[in-house]
Amino acid sequence: MSIRYGSLAVLATAALTLSAIAVFGQEAERMGIPAPPGHVFKTIISGYQFRTKETRALQDDDLENPGFLAVERAADMWKTVDGSEGKSCMSCHGEAETTMKGVGAAMPKWSEKLNKPVNLEQQINICRSEHMKAQPWPFKSKELTDMTTFVRFQSRGMPVAVKTDGPMSPWFERGKEIYYTRVGQLDLACASCHEKNNGKFMRADFLSQGQTNGFPTYRLRDQRLVPLHERFEGCMFDVRGVPYKPLSDEFLALEIYVAWRGIGLPVETPSVRN
Amino acid sequence: MADKPRIKLPKEAKKGEIIQIKTLVSHLMESGQRKDAQGKPIPRKIINKFSCEFNSKPVFSCALEPAISANPYIQFDARIDEEGTFRFAWTDDDGSVVTAEEKIALKA
Repeated sequence: MSIRYGSLAVLATAALTLSAIAVFGQEAERMGIPAPPGHVFKTIISGYQFRTKETRALQDDDLENPGFLAVERAADMWKTVDGSEGKSCMSCHGEAETTMKGVGAAMPKWSEKLNKPVNLEQQINICRSEHMKAQPWPFKSKELTDMTTFVRFQSRGMPVAVKTDGPMSPWFERGKEIYYTRVGQLDLACASCHEKNNGKFMRADFLSQGQTNGFPTYRLRDQRLVPLHERFEGCMFDVRGVPYKPLSDEFLALEIYVAWRGIGLPVETPSVRN
Repeated sequence: MADKPRIKLPKEAKKGEIIQIKTLVSHLMESGQRKDAQGKPIPRKIINKFSCEFNSKPVFSCALEPAISANPYIQFDARIDEEGTFRFAWTDDDGSVVTAEEKIALKA
């Protein structure tokens, strides 16, 4: 028996040494952008840098990247007339490649009319119900996620440029409060993992900075595109908390705040993540 | 299954050149092993066969199994000896077939 345990211990030590080397190897490669003064991070690092080279390769090749299936689906939908007004997205906005450039990078944006910020999903549905007189798409529906991905894809490579001053500042503060509030049975805040412990190996994965520049993202785990608020829900569920509702004011405030934490990072939509 | 498959291969190649062909098709690939919220099994629905022909001669084909993830990506090589047309076919469990064609020319 003692021999068996002995060899197990040797094996375990060898495994630990190996994983330590692997962790070190990956950390050394992580590239980021310098954060503006007064930011929480010194270096802002995209979630891309925390993924394996195989996952990165999948994102880098526009043909292999399964997120592009959604981009192509939505490109057709962009031209498709829906609703009683007989309009498509194209009737008002023209070619998405030019008119939607930079739009996704600056979301969520303040809406004077609603006197609150709106994110991309909400804006798409406002367009549908007000201008096209069509049924708004439900959150998590293939159509809404595809269109969100398509519009945000038009900003790919452009820096995240969310505005947080003026009327947005109370929302920004609310988002910050949510970010640092511990929730759930595990009593964890967003900051517990993504600010204090990013880069560490946990739950068979590297904790990222929790940046939003790649959303909606093709998650290999789900084998489909996942919108940001679904990921927020997932995180809250994982800490055994009761998640806020997608597209609720709470998640909207959090989206604004988290976007600011990644300010200047290039948009990567459609990204590929675990 | 209505989506157009994504295919990438060069427009032209030298005689005898080996080219790389990449294909990606949108499909749920439901394994048949999962259960829905009511506990009832979700019936299997996958692409079970992929084939590629060049000028009606087989180039590559494979059987796909339930463990293959959604949106299967298949990559293979082919030697080009003449100009012609590649025909790709993905066969679904329900019998429907998605097809696509790509032409390739010979480089002078």
